[in-house]
Amino acid sequence: MSAPDLTRFGASPAPIGIAIAPGVLLEALRHVRDAHGYRYYVLATAIERETGFEIVHAVRRHDPEDTLFVRVHVGKDAPEVDSAAFVYAGAEWHEREIFDLFGVRFRGHPDPRRILMPDEYPGHPLRKDFAMDTPWGYRP
Amino acid sequence: MGVPAVSAAPIEVVEREFGELALNMGPQHPSTHGVLRLVLHLSGETVVKAMPVIGYLHRGVEKLSEHLAYDQLAPVYERDDYLSPTSNSNAYVLAVEKLGGIEVPRRAQWVRALACEWQRIASHLVWLGTLGLDLGGALGGGTTLYMYCFREREKILDWLEALTGTRFHTNVNMVGGVRYDPDAASRAESTAMASEIEAALPELWSMSGGNPIFQERTRGVGVISKDLALGVGVTGPTLRASGVAYDVRAASPYDAYRELPPKVVTRTAGDAEARFQVRFEEIGVSLALVRTITEGLPAGPIFSRKPIKNPKATKLPAGEAYAAVESPRGELGFHIVSDGGPKPYRLKINAPSFKNLQVIPHVVPGGLLADVVATLGSLDPVMGDVDR
Amino acid sequence: MADGSLPVVGQPMPADGRGRLDDLAEEVVRFPGGGIALVRSDVLFHWAQKSSLWPLTFGLACCAIEMMATFAGRFDADRFGVILRPTPRQADVLVIAGTVTIKMAPRIRTLYDQMAQPKWVISMGSCANSGDHYRNVYSVVPGVDHVIPVDIYVAGCPPTPEALLEGVFALQRKIMEAGRVGA
Repeated sequence: MSAPDLTRFGASPAPIGIAIAPGVLLEALRHVRDAHGYRYYVLATAIERETGFEIVHAVRRHDPEDTLFVRVHVGKDAPEVDSAAFVYAGAEWHEREIFDLFGVRFRGHPDPRRILMPDEYPGHPLRKDFAMDTPWGYRP
Repeated sequence: MGVPAVSAAPIEVVEREFGELALNMGPQHPSTHGVLRLVLHLSGETVVKAMPVIGYLHRGVEKLSEHLAYDQLAPVYERDDYLSPTSNSNAYVLAVEKLGGIEVPRRAQWVRALACEWQRIASHLVWLGTLGLDLGGALGGGTTLYMYCFREREKILDWLEALTGTRFHTNVNMVGGVRYDPDAASRAESTAMASEIEAALPELWSMSGGNPIFQERTRGVGVISKDLALGVGVTGPTLRASGVAYDVRAASPYDAYRELPPKVVTRTAGDAEARFQVRFEEIGVSLALVRTITEGLPAGPIFSRKPIKNPKATKLPAGEAYAAVESPRGELGFHIVSDGGPKPYRLKINAPSFKNLQVIPHVVPGGLLADVVATLGSLDPVMGDVDR
Repeated sequence: MADGSLPVVGQPMPADGRGRLDDLAEEVVRFPGGGIALVRSDVLFHWAQKSSLWPLTFGLACCAIEMMATFAGRFDADRFGVILRPTPRQADVLVIAGTVTIKMAPRIRTLYDQMAQPKWVISMGSCANSGDHYRNVYSVVPGVDHVIPVDIYVAGCPPTPEALLEGVFALQRKIMEAGRVGA
């Protein structure tokens, strides 16, 4: 099997992997999982750029060995993207972490709560406008 | 006046069904391997729902990475997966070297693999010892296994202390090479230690895998099917015990593993016993690998760059890189995004314990309360790695 | 004992130099089969407290692994009377081994409050002493003494088991010198 052809999803090359539009994310993930055998979920991460947030899902197939990074870009105000938790079970906690640390909401996520910070913590720590030494005087 | 007669009316027995009992396990608990909190819903002795709550050790390492220079950062990650510190810094320097196109001398690559394999053996010994405590109890015989495993581990820590100066967070890896060079005495000690620990393995086996009580407590417990393992994304021995033969050292080789691919140990049962057997066999594989590396250590320099005058001045070209190593828990990867400056723009750690813990809500329900600890112990989570 | 002194259990190696009851007693009277020792009550209680310090099994991060190594066979804290207890109700020392985060801090306070008097706290490692290199991070409490009162600080990242044992000895000396019973 060669690398999957995702041009019908509007894929464009990125530094690692391919970038697609947020609207076709779930369709593309289902396609690579079912038609191309990328059944193993590796990670999801977020990168904050000036224009918004870039959400990266990494999936892998074992035979032949290949890791695919699928990226979508969402705007900065009220960033929202579809949740991949029902396509890959492993996306659930990764998306909770991205919500916790970046504030990106995942539509359709089964358990949209913070995961690393306390539940009532105000703010999203990994954003660029959040100072690292924000006073910890928070009391639960 | 006599003893009143016993009433002949039948005794009515009323049984009341309790609803679910919500039981909180942790974050302070002798068996949760650190600050993990499990909220269990029980119906009698059967677990109906299990929800891990994490974040009690979140130290903001990814945010801290954006404020420190590339050369300063390698020791910071050693505190993440604190049972095998060199695996973390190894993954980090691999990602930085990939991004910067920095070549590493062959001897440094072999020394990195040597340190990682010894740390793998040490980490598996801690896992085995604490598994003994979990399954046997501190007063129920598990302490014996714990003491024997830590006795073997002390030899490894002594060797690391002679080589690097500390037992634990050794700071061996630097961007471009390693910091410490094992001399002839160190190499001889390493080979001798490998033989000693190999001789102790049958004794450890008889106390654990060969013990019928241990087998009963781990057989059929916490079964992770292959589909679940792939969908959730578990990694390392947990994945290999469910039938997927994926080991980063064999699939995307790095350092000395390009020339010395290790044997990939798999099982198909996917239960706690399979995970135990995979890890135990991996100790043997690592001991053989350590001997091969020590005997074939190539000569040469251990650092490829010029002496660093100002660690904060190293800049990497803009771009992204992902590099992973096989830590004792699984695939430990670093995804670095650089904007051309002296500090990372964004650094994401692909933590194996985070992914392995995610399988608990799928696997623990349906089992007994007594099996929760066995399942958790067989997954081998390290909370520094989960929370970062 | 053979030389006529009263036997002392659990203290083969006097860590603070005053392990034998003979050294602590004001006056000792011996008769065949035993003896009577006159000891000030606070000295007697302090001697008993320091000889059986029971810590809580509570490890947060990497220092917990060195704490586990201290309780293993090679460094063996058990010979100093130190046994791990899993519940705070039965423990009298809280060894904070690792980084204290804002999510964990209230739980540490709860555990400390659940321990009965007399109780002591050993802060083990740089993270518990001052936050180490995480002290400026948004989620880290820079030192456990912001949450609970600390008696002994053990330095190191992580402290070697010998250092932790020296911290236990320092706590024993502190207990012997305390003015009254209890913290």
